[in-house]
Amino acid sequence: MDRKIRVLVAKPGLDGHDRGAKVVASALRDAGMEVIYTGLHQTPEGIVEAAVQEDVDVVGLSVLSGAHMTLFPRIVELLREAGVEGMLIIGGGIIPADDHEFLREKGVEKVFTPGAPTSEIVDYIRSWFEKRKTV
Amino acid sequence: MDLIKRFRKGDRLALARAITLVENGMQEGRDLLDAVHPQTGKARRIGITGPPGAGKSTLVDGLIQSYRKAGQSVGVVAVDPTSPFTGGALLGDRIRMQSRWADRRVFVRSMATRGSWGGLAAAAADVIELLDAFGKDVVIAETVGVGQSEFDVVDAVHTTIVVIVPESGDSIQVMKAGLMEIADIFVVNKADREGAGDMETGLGAMLDMRDREEDWRPPVLQTVATSGEGMPTLIDALAQHREYLAKESRIEEWERKAVRARIVSLVHEELRAGFWKQGRQARLEQLVGEVLARERTPGDAAQALFSPA
Amino acid sequence: MFDSEEIKRISGQKKRWQKDLPDCSAAGPFETVSGAPVEFLCTPEDVRELDYTRDLGFPGMYPYTRGAYGTMYRGRQWTMRQFSGFGSAADTNRRFHFLLEKGQTGLSTAFDMPTIMGFDSDHARSLGEVGKCGVAIDSLEDMETLFRGIPLDRVSTSMTINAPAAILLALYIAVGEKQGVPSARLQGTIQNDILKEYMAQKSWIFPPGPSMRIITDILAFCTEHVPKWNTISISGYHIREAGSTALQELAFTLADGFAYVEAGIAAGLDVDDFAPRLSHFFNAHLDFFEEIAKYRAARRIWARHMKEKYGAKKPESLRLRFHTQTAGCSLTAQQPENNIVRTAFEALSAVLGGTQSLHTNSMDETLALPSEKAVTIALRTQQIIASETGVANTVDPLAGSYLLESLTSRLEQGAEEYFRKIESLGGVIAALEKGFFQTEISRAAYRYQLAIEKKARIVVGVNEYVQPDENLDIDLLEIDRCVEEDQVKRLKVLRERRDNGAVGQSLEALRSAAGGSDNMMPRFLDCARCYATEGEIIDVLREEFGEYKDPKFF
Ligand SMILES: Nc1nc2c(ncn2[C@@H]2O[C@H](COP(=O)(O)OP(=O)(O)OP(=O)(O)O)[C@@H](O)[C@H]2O)c(=O)[nH]1
Ligand SMILES: [Mg+2]
Repeated sequence: MDRKIRVLVAKPGLDGHDRGAKVVASALRDAGMEVIYTGLHQTPEGIVEAAVQEDVDVVGLSVLSGAHMTLFPRIVELLREAGVEGMLIIGGGIIPADDHEFLREKGVEKVFTPGAPTSEIVDYIRSWFEKRKTV
Repeated sequence: MDLIKRFRKGDRLALARAITLVENGMQEGRDLLDAVHPQTGKARRIGITGPPGAGKSTLVDGLIQSYRKAGQSVGVVAVDPTSPFTGGALLGDRIRMQSRWADRRVFVRSMATRGSWGGLAAAAADVIELLDAFGKDVVIAETVGVGQSEFDVVDAVHTTIVVIVPESGDSIQVMKAGLMEIADIFVVNKADREGAGDMETGLGAMLDMRDREEDWRPPVLQTVATSGEGMPTLIDALAQHREYLAKESRIEEWERKAVRARIVSLVHEELRAGFWKQGRQARLEQLVGEVLARERTPGDAAQALFSPA
Repeated sequence: MFDSEEIKRISGQKKRWQKDLPDCSAAGPFETVSGAPVEFLCTPEDVRELDYTRDLGFPGMYPYTRGAYGTMYRGRQWTMRQFSGFGSAADTNRRFHFLLEKGQTGLSTAFDMPTIMGFDSDHARSLGEVGKCGVAIDSLEDMETLFRGIPLDRVSTSMTINAPAAILLALYIAVGEKQGVPSARLQGTIQNDILKEYMAQKSWIFPPGPSMRIITDILAFCTEHVPKWNTISISGYHIREAGSTALQELAFTLADGFAYVEAGIAAGLDVDDFAPRLSHFFNAHLDFFEEIAKYRAARRIWARHMKEKYGAKKPESLRLRFHTQTAGCSLTAQQPENNIVRTAFEALSAVLGGTQSLHTNSMDETLALPSEKAVTIALRTQQIIASETGVANTVDPLAGSYLLESLTSRLEQGAEEYFRKIESLGGVIAALEKGFFQTEISRAAYRYQLAIEKKARIVVGVNEYVQPDENLDIDLLEIDRCVEEDQVKRLKVLRERRDNGAVGQSLEALRSAAGGSDNMMPRFLDCARCYATEGEIIDVLREEFGEYKDPKFF
């Protein structure tokens, strides 16, 4: 059987702008992935627990309230503490370019900003997945 | 093997990975299932099914809370359909099961039905086995009652709860959907809406009319899953069904039936997988064309698939 | 407006004219930004049903299609109201003074997410969010700072706040008391539109039942004590931002408005007592004519329903007044300066549609909070429209355009269809519970995104005319981390300094009002006056009312 890519699409923080998260979730589903959607207003701890139990390959985080600099690193840190390895963490939202480098250092592999076509996200995940399979 | 050791030690990452392996039909997963088989058979297994949006996940959340209050650990597998067009799935049951997200003794796993060539029966039942072997006191399986999937898990659980809502139409439709046969407990959820009473009465009458001799008449309960109303009654009904099964060696009967069903479904799985492997999918496409051209009948085509190409 | 003979003649002529034209359909599809089909050429045929007196009338007169007021912009220009708020109350207070000096005529406050969601700045859930996308308000102390040096009897203040709207209003009234301004003289708006939160913006706290009760408490209280206050700003803005079409924005917003009217009537209020203080808030997206038609249709639908269905009599109850904000979702992160142009066109459509107040977005809003330079340009855009283009000289200047009138009627009919659908689902709240609006909106959003990705729709700088090695040369506003730390410190001091006995008592009094059926507004005011924090007040209500959870509709 074809191995499915499992993705957790999560909205940490307090903002309710889920348009982007839902569009991305729909696009990933249409690209044949299994998408676990956590709903709005999740705590970092709750997201990490979901990622662990669902054994996802990818965690996609979306924040539009400007709290990404606190929330994203916190989630990566909690994932590491939980003993998770080899999971791809990506982020999206209103994230100034100046913050991308910092987030990458903290373990958020890639940041997609508004206007990024969903196909770019799909391709990114697929090629990461292929690469991981071969190592 | 390292994974088995970690699984036995109660490492939830190991459980999560084990489920992935089993779900993907990997040999490692099979081995693990075999290895932990002696530890299975202890969990209380509950199935919950019903039409989309009936409130199944919200009810499961209520069950989780009730069983946790009683000190029992809970494992959940929630199954949602895979899109037949894209092979992808949106799994959203977790959203409603998060009131105990910080509780390490609760484990929730979402699962997609995957392709029709896959067979949910085996995979979901396997996940139930894993949660059981992991030591969960209660294992709950949620499935959507639209396709065949709900019938698939019935054999793997002790008690099946069928959830309907006042908007589900009348009781005749419920009967037609085949839910009468599988329900051990009926729940009319969203009882805060109009028509719940009518639904309850209609179902009750329908159940009383059944001419089958039986000593368990499925109770019909009303709940409001969002507020928790009716939850204690549901827990009671579950306990009663459990007691009923415990008497007169019914549980042994159930186990025989469950194991038999599992073996049969594994055989079917094996046959199916083996059958479609040997270039037969391509042959199928070819035969479809021939049937369309009226050169063959469908029955003829099926026979042709059995004989070597 | 034309007799049927004439229409027939024109129709024949049109067919003949069309016959000789080359086929251009390959250049299409031609549809609005909402995906609605667009006519190539409109003629009297397209407005054959239109009856001037019945459907258009005169500005300030039923059915108000042509404008809410008789004199429109000659009598009073629209209010230029730039939404702002960030960091601490002191930071935003400075921005307020800056905007007033630049000629802005009303204030509009954005709150940070913890304030919007009812958490104090020192709550665990507030971590990283304090002062980020709006100003952080925890108690009356912050509110006093926010309006320092701004006489509340002379400005009108709009507050974008929903679930905790009653509390922010109470804080505002309490600031007024401190300035010696009685509540009867306060002017402004609270958004207070919880239904669109469940639909689109998703900043909810309580379930719909208790939320609606808070709203009717506000309606009753303001009718008596704050008569100049706009009690609900019935908002389509966020519905559109969440991805809806123009028609959905129109229909869902008005459906929400009617739901509030029904709730008010059910609570025993006279419709003509509270309806005059309801206002609306729409989005201005890029599809120029569709947007203008939307505003005109909104006025007509509102007037007709208010009069015919709810029996309202006062002109103030029938006339739909609205605020407009240009579409944040139409802005691009790529080549952000282009956003100035987009915003200008959008603003123009709002003015041609007869808006009462307007916010123009800053070019850098998809990148971060707007900088002062960007905010100034956005405000100047409005000033240029008002003073240089001349479009405000004639009321409803596009009336009578075959295209515009047919679009207006089509939107009205489409909205009526949606109303019937909502009715058949059991009304707005029942339809919400079934996920009707949420699903409609997310599907429209997804369709829009796919259209862009397939290039069926061109967005300049995004999927066409792309500048590959673009180097952003825009100064962004950054919120200092110490805003959060300072706010938390201030809050700690406040909790020690205030009269905690009085706080406890006022919270308990609120609890019993919430548990019973007394109007809660006076209790909110008492809590505000003794410096109870927003989070403390909301916590009492959370315990009494429960919390709403994301119903995950796609
Ligand atoms: N009014 C009311 N709404 C309810 C009740 N139970 C659940 N709901 C709502 O019904 C919607 C669906 O609930 P879920 O628990 O996700 O239903 P489900 O059967 O698991 O749905 P699927 O897994 O998508 O088939 C949610 O918005 C719930 O809040 C109830 O008793 N009364
Ligand atoms: Mg469910």
